[in-house]
Amino acid sequence: MHPVLKLVVQRLALGLILLLACSAVIFLGVEALPGDTAQAIMGQSATPQALANMREKMGLDQPPLTRYFQWLGGVLTGDLGLALTNDADIAQSIGQRLGNTLFLAGCAAAISVPLAIILGLIAARHAGKWQDKLISGVTLTTISLPEFVAAYFVIFLLTQDNVLTQAIGWVTGGSGRLLPVAMVFPGMGFWERLNAVILPVIVLVLVVLAHMMRMTRAAILNVMQSAYIETAELKGLSPMTVIWRHAFPNAIAPVVSVVMLNMAYLVVGVVVVEVVFGYNALGQYLVDHVTKRDLPVVQAVGLIFAAVYIVLNMLADIIGILANPRLRHPK
Amino acid sequence: MRLPFTQTRLPLAAFIGLSLTGIFLFCAVFAQWIAPYPIDMAVGGVWESPSAKYWLGTDTIGRDILSRLIYGGQITIFVALASSALAFSLGAFFGFFAAVNGGWIDQTLSRIVDLMMAIPSLIVALVMLSVLPLNLTVLILVIGVLDSTRVFRLSRAVAVDIAVMDYVEAAKLRGEGGAWVIFREILPNALSPLVAEFGLRFIFAVLFISTLSFLGLGIQPPLADWGGMVKENKDGLVYGKSAALVPAFAIAALAISVNLVADWVLTRTSSLKGGRGG
Repeated sequence: MHPVLKLVVQRLALGLILLLACSAVIFLGVEALPGDTAQAIMGQSATPQALANMREKMGLDQPPLTRYFQWLGGVLTGDLGLALTNDADIAQSIGQRLGNTLFLAGCAAAISVPLAIILGLIAARHAGKWQDKLISGVTLTTISLPEFVAAYFVIFLLTQDNVLTQAIGWVTGGSGRLLPVAMVFPGMGFWERLNAVILPVIVLVLVVLAHMMRMTRAAILNVMQSAYIETAELKGLSPMTVIWRHAFPNAIAPVVSVVMLNMAYLVVGVVVVEVVFGYNALGQYLVDHVTKRDLPVVQAVGLIFAAVYIVLNMLADIIGILANPRLRHPK
Repeated sequence: MRLPFTQTRLPLAAFIGLSLTGIFLFCAVFAQWIAPYPIDMAVGGVWESPSAKYWLGTDTIGRDILSRLIYGGQITIFVALASSALAFSLGAFFGFFAAVNGGWIDQTLSRIVDLMMAIPSLIVALVMLSVLPLNLTVLILVIGVLDSTRVFRLSRAVAVDIAVMDYVEAAKLRGEGGAWVIFREILPNALSPLVAEFGLRFIFAVLFISTLSFLGLGIQPPLADWGGMVKENKDGLVYGKSAALVPAFAIAALAISVNLVADWVLTRTSSLKGGRGG
């Protein structure tokens, strides 16, 4: 077997094991914590007999391991069970909201990835000069902000009548003030939808941009300092040739894994940003049901977020392996 | 800037970071004496603008924002300190333990940590908090345990290098037990990288507890930390009331100033370690 293929297969297998272990943590780990779903539904005043009946009805009297495999089987066949709070089919509720979450994250990724790479290149090209210091200073500030803080600063700047919104209004010919909520509903057209998510997308871009840009800068600087780049320069090659033929192929792998890692980070950022803007999607659904202590919903949505995160991390590794020129030519 | 009592130059960024962190800590410790009004008393109208009486205005039900900010800082900093202390005790102990023993103990502990780090902390915390009761102890435990994974990685990596040193070997040969090796041989030598890491873990805990409280799953009313205060006052933003921005700004200022201090400690300790002409 080609060594690259072997590495990729190994990484895939590891990812699958991780997914399985993760589902066990989310199901059995929660079982091990003090707290009881039947009690949570019926409240503190329930009689022991009523509690026992409830447990039997919900299948809670079965041993945990049996219930884990039943649950896992359900997850694999797309049957996530019913929500405790309103008996709604969880898979159906998730299906409606997953699209909204992916749309929001997708828009944020489409803007932040090219922007971060360009800014990272500029900062690396002018390392130590004022351009680099300016970009680094601004990103160091945004890195220190949790998502919801960034969100409210953005809301304050863009939804009120101030110089900034007046300027935007003057350019676009509208009022320039944006709405602090992101309402979407089924049957909305693509452009309407895009218009609705402008603010949350701006916030998400701000939040992931800093990380992505700083890691890109570091990855490129790291490559530019290696001995083979110096050799290429000393051979008298033009700067463009050095960058395209020597630096770029070696920088792809780190930059792509940087991008993937930040996409994984975006998946989590989305949860908070959805709550801030009242955006009807998976993150808000999750937080809402944590508050209501609706365990089956929390487990199902938690597993989806964890799975997306693991898969993106796995892709980062695999792309890194495939893009590494040194691994392509076995000795 | 040259301070009279030391002969080392203190960079401006570190000076700003240290003084801001100092002010925050001072307010947190002496909150009961500094705050002009009690934490949970409506003293004025709803969302009053800053005035001589209420320096930062009043909040959504007429409580003094400055007082709540000072008390909120106390809760935020206390939870963050307690959980990062827990994270450090757990992470460093198991990290050193894994490094000293190696073999299957190291493998098991490392794989458990890998698994915990494979799922985003916020998601794990949300899943856990859907079952656990919401109180201060639970919050500190959840944040501390989740955060200990990063400390574990760092301290294991540092200790693996130390564990092969001659003086550790000597201690083992003269028959010292595991606890002696961990606490008397490895800990003193691993301390300086861990100190810088403490600042970063502290920020992580501040952002984490703020986010949880903002989502309504952290500190419960009538108490409030800064994240909870943003949540209480967020609706005012639509009417141009900036009350929610005050605690938001405090979170950002604390995170940035501790970051500046940690950066400075990191560069100092790494230059102190010297190495090959470094």
